[in-house]
Formats: sequence, C-alpha cells, structure tokens
Amino acid sequence: MINLVHNEMVKIVRKKRLFIIAAIIAVLVALFTYAQFKHVQDLQERLGTNDWRTQLQQQIIDAQNRLNSSGLSDEWRKYLQIRLQQQQYYLDHDVNPSAPGAPTFMRMFIENSIDLFLPLMVMVIAADLVSSEASGGTIKLLLTRPVKRWRILLSKYIAMILSISFILLSVTIISYLISGAVFGYKGWNLPLLTGFTINGEELNTSNVHLLPQWQYLLIELGLAWFVSIIVGTLTFMLSVLMRSTAAVMGIMLAALISGAILSSMVSSWESAKYLFMVNLRLTDYISGTAPPINGMTLGFSMAVLAVWGFIGFVVSFAVFTKRDVY
Amino acid sequence: MTKNATLVVTDLRKTIRNKEIIKGLSFELTEGEVFGFLGPNGAGKTTTIRMLVGLIKPTSGHISICGYDLHRQFSKAIRNIGCIVENPELYPYLSGWENLEHFARMVPDIPKERIVEVVELVGLQNRIHDRVRTYSLGMRQRLGIAQALLGKPKILILDEPTNGLDPVGIREMREFIRFLAETEGLSVLVSSHLLSEIQLMCDRVAIMSKGKMIRIDTVEHLLKEQARVAWKVNPVETAKNILSKETVVISVQGGTLITPYEAKQLPKWNEKLVQAGVEVSEIQPKLPTLEDLFIELTGGETID
Repeated sequence: MINLVHNEMVKIVRKKRLFIIAAIIAVLVALFTYAQFKHVQDLQERLGTNDWRTQLQQQIIDAQNRLNSSGLSDEWRKYLQIRLQQQQYYLDHDVNPSAPGAPTFMRMFIENSIDLFLPLMVMVIAADLVSSEASGGTIKLLLTRPVKRWRILLSKYIAMILSISFILLSVTIISYLISGAVFGYKGWNLPLLTGFTINGEELNTSNVHLLPQWQYLLIELGLAWFVSIIVGTLTFMLSVLMRSTAAVMGIMLAALISGAILSSMVSSWESAKYLFMVNLRLTDYISGTAPPINGMTLGFSMAVLAVWGFIGFVVSFAVFTKRDVY
Repeated sequence: MTKNATLVVTDLRKTIRNKEIIKGLSFELTEGEVFGFLGPNGAGKTTTIRMLVGLIKPTSGHISICGYDLHRQFSKAIRNIGCIVENPELYPYLSGWENLEHFARMVPDIPKERIVEVVELVGLQNRIHDRVRTYSLGMRQRLGIAQALLGKPKILILDEPTNGLDPVGIREMREFIRFLAETEGLSVLVSSHLLSEIQLMCDRVAIMSKGKMIRIDTVEHLLKEQARVAWKVNPVETAKNILSKETVVISVQGGTLITPYEAKQLPKWNEKLVQAGVEVSEIQPKLPTLEDLFIELTGGETID
C-alpha cells in the first residue's frame, strides 16, 4: 500500500500541482495582507486614532445607522442586528475582535477561504486524480497489475488526503510568514470569544467563553480540513464517474458557486440546508455569525457534510471496482 | 512433446445492453507460440483482449491463466500477463525510467536490475531518462513492451503492436516478438487487422468475425487448404467438363480455370485433359494470402 501511495504522490508532485497551489496561496495571501493593511490604515486615518475601542464604537454606530435606513431586506437587517449585539459584547467585555497580528490574519484568511478558495485548491488536486488516468489511457496499465482495484483507488484517496493536509499546512505557514512581516508575529494567546448560539433573532450569549487564539485557530483549521476532505471526496467521486477533468471541474465549481449564492438567499427554502454547499462555512458557527437558514448548527452541518462525503466515498469505490474499462 | 497451455479460454461471452458482442469464444495458447488474432474492425478483438486482462468482466465463460482463474484469483493470474491494450499510453510528464519504476512498485519483488534489463532488451538505454512526452511513437511502443515485460510474464498480449510504426519499426517489432517467443518461451497473443503481418509472425491464427471464432488453425495449414491451381487451357468448355468430373471448378476467368490444389491428382487431371485434345499451356499453383482466405471465410462481410 505504501508503494501505491508513493506512486500517486510522485504523479501529483511531478504534475507540479502542489507547487502551483503553494504559489497561488502565496500570491493571494500577499494580496490580502496588503488589502488588510490598507483597510487598517484607512480606518486609523478616518478615526484619527488606532485605538480599537473607538474603531469598534464607530463600527457599531455605522451598523446602527444602516439599520435605521429604509430599504434593508429583512435578512440583512437581522444579520446586522446580530452582529451589533456581538460587537457590543466585545466592547463591554474589553476584547479586541481583530487585534492585528499574523495569527489574527491567519484566522481571518481561513474563515474567508473555507467555502470557496480552499475547496477550489482541493479541486485542482482531486479533479483529475482518476479522470486523467481514464482520459490518458494509463488506467489500462494501472488495472492490469496484480493489485486489486479497490487498493488502487484507496491509494489515490490517501494521496488526496495527504495533499489536502499539505495545502492546509502551506496555507497556515505561508499566511503566517507573509502577513507577519506586516502585522508582526505576535498574538497567539489573544483571548477570543466563542460559543455564540443564534436562536432566531436572538444572539444567545449564555455559552460564550474565552479561548486563546491558538486554540481557536486549531479548531478552525480542523474544520477547514474537514470541509476540504468532504469537497475532495465529492470531487473524487465525480473524477471516478467522468473521463473529462474539465467536466468534473465545471460541475464542482457550479456547485460551490451556487452554494455561495444560495447561502445569501435560501432562508425561506428550508430543505436547502441538506445541500452540502450551503454547509461549508463551518467556521461561522465558531465566530458566531448567523447561519443562512434557521436551525442550522455546527453539529447539523458536519453531519450533513459527513453523509455527503460517505455517499461520495461509497459510490466511488462501488463504481470503480465494478466498471468495465474501455 | 506437447507444450503446456498457458492461457485457456472457455466459452467466453459478453453481452452489453442486451446485445451479445462476444458469442462464445474458446481457445488456448501454448508456451513459445505466437498466436494471431485476426478480424476486421469491430469483430470483437479488443473487447476479447480487455476481458483477458481483466479490464472488462465477461458475462459468462472462464479465463484461466497458468492455472489460475482470472476472476477468482485475479492477482495471481494477472501476474503472468504483460500487455499493451491499444496504444502504449504512459505518463507523459514522467521519464521512461520513472514510468517503469512506477509500474515496478505495483508488483512485489522487482529489483532495479530488472528495470535495467528490460530497458536494454528493448534498446532504450540512451533516452530512458528523458520525458515520455518527447518520445516518438516507436519509442513509446518499446517502452510499452518494456513495461509489459517487467514482471517476467509467461504471456504477452499485444493489441495492434505494429499500429503506427514505419516499415523498419514493423520489421523490428516482428523480429522482437519472434525472439520473445522462440528464445524466452513466452506465449504471445497478437491482434491485428493487417493480414500480412499476422501471416509473417504467427504460428497459429484465430479468425474472428462478428464476435465469433470462424477458424483456428496453423498458418501453414490454412494456406495449404485454400491453395488453388490455375489452368490455362484451350478450348475452355471441354476442359471445364473434364475437370468438373474430377474436382470442383471454382471459377472461369477468360481462358483460365481455377480448381483446388491437390498435388497428387494434378498429373492425372492433366493427362485426361491432354487425352481429350485440350491444349494445356500453363498449370500454376496459387498459394493464397490470408487476405483471400479471410474474405472467403467471412464472405467479404461488412460490420453491422
């Protein structure tokens, strides 16, 4: 088995996939670091101070002003209200929600990349794992070895998991190194609030507690890893089912983007919560942002994703081991 | 001495969407022979080969490789087979050497020396560390064979091995295949729709058409059986009447009659013609090519 996984890793590495992904991450992180830097500068200029309390107060006033203006959709109003309550809580308890520093940037980067950017990078690896062998014809050589088919597929799946872990590791390291150069490398022990639960319009703060940022970051990384594995498994399944890598990419991309669009408009279509793509923003449950549909919780979303992943896994293996190869 | 059978196929069938594509094939391969698989495009050659190497599951029938059942003891059975199905498709972004390493890792106990050995056998030493992307078709074909020989198989299955090669390449391939069978004792199964190729390199031939085996026989036998004699005679009518009594007149082409070739009978037939006052100016035995034979056996059919 180790030999088989070794083979798959050689192929992934020699296709230069991991290198390209690392390069994309580096470029994006640099871009966002600059954007964040500009944002902070801008705020400081506007407020004439770099005290976060005034910044937060300003944000609260901004939000209140927006709430008072007409023409807001109900969903947006609800969201703003919840955010407002949360910010108020931060202010009252003297906690800086976005203390600059590399770990904070990493946290924000992961939170913002979990539903689109990370799945996209995972797709780059997983989309052609099987389909490229089928379209290149090498599948015929692969399956005429004295190795059972399920072992070949499993070796590919393990290689995918290793690559996903590598992607998350490089996101962590690259974002820490690059953003730290601008914001400084401190802030691992910064206390962060978590445990928000949202019941309807109420922000329930009864379970809120403090967590050092490094722990918070570990939890988010774990969730991002989980989401990536699920997206990877589904892409993997499509890769088994289809010969064309482009078709795999197209379908997954459509699903992910529709997920992002749906999240902002499905609050009245309740059964949409069983779709995997509206459940990708797991980190929102930790930071206390309102879920797209009432009644969605971290446990619920993880269960939905796990079921989708399980189905993808079973379908991949069932099809791959039975199928006639032409 | 009878040679051992390495591959035994019994009543192999494949049905796809209620259409029977392979209709009960049975044949055997023995050690050290080159077995030709002949048929027009769409006769079911490639489907059969894919079933032999486990890519397609037969609807019914048995495939036994060196005594192992392909279905139930897949790994043990397939270890004895080396194959190229259709084109030799390898990983273009890896070097030839890396490709071989890749496949060597999938089979237990293939030392590095074995890779060196097969590379030398197919004569790729000079380019083995270049990427496969830069290889010519002939080199890819060789690398494909190197890959097939890695695990020291007893049976080599080559689907259209001379496809796309130039005349020199075709001759080299032919000689190489003969070498493997005669010197290394491999059973080689070669498929082709090029009759001249099969005729030159195979010991036995199976002729396939519409998913059925029409004939399996040695090349020699098939050719001899279908041999003809052309008689250039005058007057044609008289000659035809006389010969019809002795044998079958297959066709009349101008002043020439065609009959089956029977060496012992020829002088007798000739005598009768001469006695009847027929001028026999030419008696020419004609050895048919597999081409003629094939058209005769399949009735020059088209694929439906």
